[in-house]
Amino acid sequence: MAAETPALPGAELFHPRVRLRKGLGSAFLVLGVASVVFGLAMLAFLVFDVVERAIPWLRVEFLTQFDSRFSDRAGIKAGLYGTAYMMFFTILISFPLGVMSAIYLEEYARDSWPKTVIQINIANLAGVPSIVYGLLGLTVFVRWMALGRSVLAGALTMALLVLPIIIVATQEALRAVPSSIRDASYGVGATRWQTIWHHVLPQALPGILTGNILAASRAIGETAPLITIGALTFVPFTPQSPLDRFTALPIQIFNWTSKPQAEFHDLAAAAILTLLVVLLTMNSLAILLRNRAVRRRAG
Amino acid sequence: MQQAPTAGELPKLLRRDRMRDLRERAIGAALLTAAAVGALTTAGIILSLAGETIRFFGQVPIVDFFTETEWTPLFSIQKFGVWPLVSATVLTSAIALLLAVPVGLIAAIYLSEFATLHVRSLFKPMLEVLAGVPTVVYGFFALTVITPFLQGFVPGLSTFNALSAGFVMGVMIIPLVASLSEDALSAVPVSLREGAYAMGATRFEVATRVVFPAAISGVIASIILALSRAVGETMIVAIAAGMNPILSFDPRVPIETMTAYIVQISLGDTPYGSLSYLTIFAVGSTLFFMTFLMNVLSFWVVRRFREVYD
Repeated sequence: MAAETPALPGAELFHPRVRLRKGLGSAFLVLGVASVVFGLAMLAFLVFDVVERAIPWLRVEFLTQFDSRFSDRAGIKAGLYGTAYMMFFTILISFPLGVMSAIYLEEYARDSWPKTVIQINIANLAGVPSIVYGLLGLTVFVRWMALGRSVLAGALTMALLVLPIIIVATQEALRAVPSSIRDASYGVGATRWQTIWHHVLPQALPGILTGNILAASRAIGETAPLITIGALTFVPFTPQSPLDRFTALPIQIFNWTSKPQAEFHDLAAAAILTLLVVLLTMNSLAILLRNRAVRRRAG
Repeated sequence: MQQAPTAGELPKLLRRDRMRDLRERAIGAALLTAAAVGALTTAGIILSLAGETIRFFGQVPIVDFFTETEWTPLFSIQKFGVWPLVSATVLTSAIALLLAVPVGLIAAIYLSEFATLHVRSLFKPMLEVLAGVPTVVYGFFALTVITPFLQGFVPGLSTFNALSAGFVMGVMIIPLVASLSEDALSAVPVSLREGAYAMGATRFEVATRVVFPAAISGVIASIILALSRAVGETMIVAIAAGMNPILSFDPRVPIETMTAYIVQISLGDTPYGSLSYLTIFAVGSTLFFMTFLMNVLSFWVVRRFREVYD
């Protein structure tokens, strides 16, 4: 072929340099793999370091003792209880609010300016630094509503913090439900709410739960807003009511990390390992739910 | 089987429908109320920040806040120049971006244009795990692992410094840059790639000269969002960068970012309404304003520079 085509004018100026150009691609491929591996290596390095430091400290007493000035008697009981209480109320508040907002935006609101405003607002709230939510919690919940530096004040602050995540995830889950299901339901005379409650929500449930679990795992690890609203760092008791003062697991990690002694850094590592195990369990659950949802939609 | 309603029963049935309408309307109203909480949150943030900030500027001239170069609210001679805190935030964020932007973008191009579907579906969620690690854990990592490690290479690196805090913050935001940029790159239509291949371009040329420029709005938006995240990041800098408000761009010495200052004051027993209590709101407002501008900018970039192919 090539021999038969007459040479175009200026063809001698064209240098394909194919080997060089393909070489560039191969070099980039190496660089790309290296970038991904760099990130994963950092993660592995972090986990390895934490596990190595934590292992000698992992005893049952570590989970059942309160904090102490003496590293060998210190435990995370107060942090575990505080985190559990706070998360219970956080989920209780944010789950219904977030899901209801998302249903309104996806199933009720028409494409007009109120919807646009709420939608932009939510996207913007997701970008507000967590410590600013802490300042909001300090003025509104701790001072103005006079809840004090309590479990409930912490839970309300965290609920507002994760609300945008829940709303966006729920909206995506609702959007994934085919509109033919809604049409069929309306077709047999169901109202809007009957359609949502009996047909749309059951379909979207796995996706909604996944989003909520991911939001909860975000809240469990958040530290800065709790420091701002004044959660305690040293607590030798568990909260008895939602209006009691409290500490949380990440705060205990922060407190131990801030101490100069190496034993307390090891304790921090043990608390981090506990936190990571909790997060890993929650995320596995979320992935499991997502996979089941995908399979059901496919099947 | 239900029998058809007789004429006498019909009004009763219609009344039940009216109940149903009422219920429908009540539910709609409840949902709208829930959706309004988001708007109330924004209003709450702005009002609570603004209220205390105005009280702060009642006691400290706003000119001093933006022109003085010393920040010593806890000393006997109080100075309220915010620049030492801002410079520290800028320094740690710049270090973080210096790491996260090249690594994140290369990873994004690799995952979108070079990796097989199987490799991508394996690597992308693994990278996203990095974003799910709590920031207090990253702070611990920076202080107890990265700083001692870097002290072997960098002479004069103190225990608290901007370098390792910025580095670890960079690691944290790699998945943010990689994931959002990868989404933008993958959204470029295949026909553009096919066209370039037909012209004899190599895979590298297709990726860097056709796909990347086509996705540039999404890529820039991801970088701005990463910057916004770095500016607002608190625990890593509070743990590893120090609490020493000096105006310095030396990455080896202890400094104090805006967020770390808020943590420092919150940890102490600051009486409600005192001047040092009010400072955290002035600093918080500055922080909120900066991140708000960046978020708006990223929306704008996506809208303004999006290339639409259809």
